[in-house]
Amino acid sequence: MKKSVTETLKNKTENRPGLDLYRKLYLIRQAERLIIRHYPEDQMKTPMHMSMGQEATATAVCHALVTGSASGRAGSMHLAAPDKGLLCTSAVVASSIPLAVGAAFANKRKGNGRIACAFFGDGALEEGVFWESLNAASVMKLPVLFVCEDNGLAIHTKQDVRQGFKSITEVVRNFECSTFQSDSTDVEVLYRLVRQAVEAIGSEGRPSFLHLKCYRYLDHIGIQEDFDLGYRSKEEFEEWFKRDTIALQRKRLLSQGWSEAELAEEEEKINRHLEKSLRNAQAAPFPPSEDLHRGVFYETH
Amino acid sequence: MRRINFGEAIREALWQEMERDPQVFVYGVTVPAHSKIFGTVAGLAERFGPERCFDTPISEEAMTGFGLGAAINGMRPVHIHIRIDFLLLAMNQLVNMISTYSYSHGGNVKVPLVIRAVVGRGWGQGYQHSKSVHALFAHIPGLKVVLPTTPKDAKGLLTAAIRDENPVLFLEHRWLYWAEEEVPEEPFSIPLGEGNILRQGNDLTVVATSWMNVEALKAAEVLEKRGVSLEIVDPRTIAPFDDRLVIQSVEKTGHCIVADNDWLDCGFSAEVAARVSEKCFGRLKSPVKRIGFAPTPCPTVRCLENEFYPNAEEIIRTAEEKLGLPPIDLTKEDFYSHERKFKGPF
Repeated sequence: MKKSVTETLKNKTENRPGLDLYRKLYLIRQAERLIIRHYPEDQMKTPMHMSMGQEATATAVCHALVTGSASGRAGSMHLAAPDKGLLCTSAVVASSIPLAVGAAFANKRKGNGRIACAFFGDGALEEGVFWESLNAASVMKLPVLFVCEDNGLAIHTKQDVRQGFKSITEVVRNFECSTFQSDSTDVEVLYRLVRQAVEAIGSEGRPSFLHLKCYRYLDHIGIQEDFDLGYRSKEEFEEWFKRDTIALQRKRLLSQGWSEAELAEEEEKINRHLEKSLRNAQAAPFPPSEDLHRGVFYETH
Repeated sequence: MRRINFGEAIREALWQEMERDPQVFVYGVTVPAHSKIFGTVAGLAERFGPERCFDTPISEEAMTGFGLGAAINGMRPVHIHIRIDFLLLAMNQLVNMISTYSYSHGGNVKVPLVIRAVVGRGWGQGYQHSKSVHALFAHIPGLKVVLPTTPKDAKGLLTAAIRDENPVLFLEHRWLYWAEEEVPEEPFSIPLGEGNILRQGNDLTVVATSWMNVEALKAAEVLEKRGVSLEIVDPRTIAPFDDRLVIQSVEKTGHCIVADNDWLDCGFSAEVAARVSEKCFGRLKSPVKRIGFAPTPCPTVRCLENEFYPNAEEIIRTAEEKLGLPPIDLTKEDFYSHERKFKGPF
């Protein structure tokens, strides 16, 4: 009997994370494209910070943590908001990093085998609280995965006017933590590196620090390209775009035997899901005005 | 009932809460070191182990964010600062992260974090070891701010703070550690947000915070000799501030002095004065008068420090002015002198 496409896909992904990784990459890219398409309607009315070009770092880390979770050693992220899997994000650079250290302390105390993960950009290294957090996690030997997504830019400012050191990894290596670095845009390369970093937390009994070079396609804020601003060149973008993470992974899947039709169906599913989310968001009512005062403090239910 | 002092009352609250709930832990710079934060954490490391009572790097911001991370992951941290001046390094965590956390989750997430901080005074503490600045924190929605005065309140309020599901700042005046009174041995809690009538009276209301309650009690004792009866209201929790006791008292007396252990401008005293004028407008017999720190950084030498701090005498003179009484002779009065208890070094 001929297996359905879905069943075939399921069997294939059991052994290799390739398609799952591609789904995540594609979801992030398409979600941002959808936002870009609808942003000019001015319904969202909020600043957008796009990650286009950098999808591989978040995808690789989150996928490794979820996988680890199944084997009992990951994802601090299912803590405060188990349904969302995300502890917190902060608009104030580096402010969320110490939360991961505290969450890791709690995990260690509970002996639940979980790690906590902090994401931040290279600009966070200019904030004192980053070094405070790295130092505390190192001296307390806490299970924290520090992930530095280094796109070389803080808003529009390049590293040479911001950082008085040549190599992030070389500086961080002086702390009692394991360091890993890559400038790959290949999500599977990054995925394997993250797995190593997570395993080192367990085997070394100390934090791991991942330094991942990446490239931002769009402006710091907003939905547009910004090569006209003069702080970086279109050529620089084109160099990175040659190894665009989504194109790389799609090519790999095709070479591994996935058919164009199978991938197109996967992509279509994601796009339908996104369109549905968009319609849900458009149809959702705004909160009533009395909601303003709700939730300043914890409310017993 | 046995008598214990303010510091012992705090230690007892910590001890009993750590016995009751294994998720409670205390930490901070020098916490388990020899001075034991004025004895308030004495024996905790020995009894509960170094995982539940421990020292940290001198990294106030990170260790405050650490508390938030632990609190939202099921723990009940008590972070201690030997002076509140050091807590100012963590304002980013307090104002941008901790105070907003519950709101950003629609009130569905517990943030059971207590931050204890000591308010210094005297013996050359100077401008970086003597602040109170409780109004800075009370200004921010999402933070609770407690200023205990008596040993019983210290125990009951700290117990309530540890059991609270929200971030609580617990500010302890250094001179109160030796205050003694009867305190129940069994665990008990005093609800956050409830004030206390520290002394009943009919002629004039004094709303006082922290150490200023001690000064107000002395002022009341002196004024009683000439037939003036002060009512002293200790709000105990200034955020959220339940003004009902204050309003009831001022409606009875018609006069209100606010004696705040802080600077006056834009401070808690201004908040009290605003509420009294809003809610007791037609019944006030005199304008609300505020007493607090001089509008300068805190000086180090004794003679200037004496000028900087408000005291019982200032409360007495203000009360006399309000009631149209001539100044009483205070030369034979024995006012509080910290030197009798304290010879340094910290």
